[in-house]
Amino acid sequence: MKVGILALQGAFIEHEKIIQELGAEVVEIRQRKDLEGIDGLILPGGESTVQGKLLRQLGLLKPIQQLINEGLPVLATCAGLILLAKTIDQEETAHLGTLPIVIKRNAYGRQLASFDSDIDMPPIGHYPAIFIRAPYIESVSDDVDILSVVNNHIVAVQYHHQIGLSFHPELTHDTRIHQYFLSLIQPSNQSS
Amino acid sequence: MSNERYALNKGLAQMLKGGVIMDVTTPEQARIAQEAGACAVMALERIPADIRAAGGVSRISDPKMIKGIQEAVSIPVMAKCRIGHFVEAQILEAIDIDYIDESEVLSVADDVYHIDKTNFKVPFVCGARDLGEALRRINEGAAMIRTKGEPGTGDVVQAVRHMRKMNGEIRKIAAMEKDELFEEAKQLRVPYDLVLYVHEHKRLPVVNFAAGGVATPADAALMMQLGAEGVFVGSGIFKSGDPAKRASAIVQAVTNYQDAALIAKLSEDLGEAMVGINPSEIKVIMEERGQ
Repeated sequence: MKVGILALQGAFIEHEKIIQELGAEVVEIRQRKDLEGIDGLILPGGESTVQGKLLRQLGLLKPIQQLINEGLPVLATCAGLILLAKTIDQEETAHLGTLPIVIKRNAYGRQLASFDSDIDMPPIGHYPAIFIRAPYIESVSDDVDILSVVNNHIVAVQYHHQIGLSFHPELTHDTRIHQYFLSLIQPSNQSS
Repeated sequence: MSNERYALNKGLAQMLKGGVIMDVTTPEQARIAQEAGACAVMALERIPADIRAAGGVSRISDPKMIKGIQEAVSIPVMAKCRIGHFVEAQILEAIDIDYIDESEVLSVADDVYHIDKTNFKVPFVCGARDLGEALRRINEGAAMIRTKGEPGTGDVVQAVRHMRKMNGEIRKIAAMEKDELFEEAKQLRVPYDLVLYVHEHKRLPVVNFAAGGVATPADAALMMQLGAEGVFVGSGIFKSGDPAKRASAIVQAVTNYQDAALIAKLSEDLGEAMVGINPSEIKVIMEERGQ
């Protein structure tokens, strides 16, 4: 099983370490050719404006969009979730736009408003979530599953094979979310 | 600062990795930087090259000017306070800054003590020339480290020296026997626990960026290949001929820092680089401030 991790900017190495620890192969996605043969994709935290711009400059936006629309499982955290969102509040253009939600960037405020919280998130259960200058989800289309709500704001969703989180599972030692993501990668998708 | 808060602050630095933090002096420059792909901006009244030229005492920027930049962009905004000037730091915390740079670029306010950064909720980044300086700043509560380099020169030599020195010292500690770490901690004037961390993890406990003298995409990629986790660019962008283009090229060079063909392409037609001055030509050596 080969998991691609978007490595344009941000905390991609943290995801890599967890995926490797769980026994899957990892490939860093920096250019178009890196996408070949991946069975799943992780969009890490970082700055969404930077990642979105680099996706376009490096010609990665369309190919990734197509792969996700064709069913490639994807786990998106924080900035990654902003890349996935169909609509970004107060902004005209979205990025990949494959996840039918409305996201609000820096929704809680600046760094002093960053926080951690013990959230309840089925099917995982309780999970120590770290929110850093985090976005939250303002609304979702009817067929999106809401996995977790914190202080009346949606912070985790699943839409078929796309998981979107506004927090950072890669900054904790708890690997259950990554395990759950790997379980979504169907055996039929596996290259070997 | 609680442990949870420190983890959140170290975490923000992790989100900046693989990115470029750019010095800006106006909202307009901040927008250009964000548009070009900066992962954060450093708001300051004068870039280091101009501070150098102006001489005299340089202090915290006008809070109003910083607020203007905060309103102009959605990426994190950092600002500098003088080494040891904890009231300037309090001011920056009060205006909700995302990161404080306790910086040798400004004049030194306290020639003995750095700020006790554990008293703050807001994160700090500090400069270091070697592992000892880095670990001392971390012990004081810094959540991110950068090389000092020599700011405002457009000359990358000191940043290279500092990054190589730090990484060399990390390799040395990683290779030591455990019973040798006690003496090493004494030599570096840092707590044993931090030396033990470096020994076990073969890296600093916080993110480490390159800073000071980076002026071209090649400089930025050089620092990344030498092990920097991201790059600060100060005077190099807005002292050059075509800031937007140069900024964008540096951002792309940091992402694909091992792709020489791409960096070659990015280096084409960038217009004039900042003129630059050699260390032997400068009077004020900023890297020696605050050890």
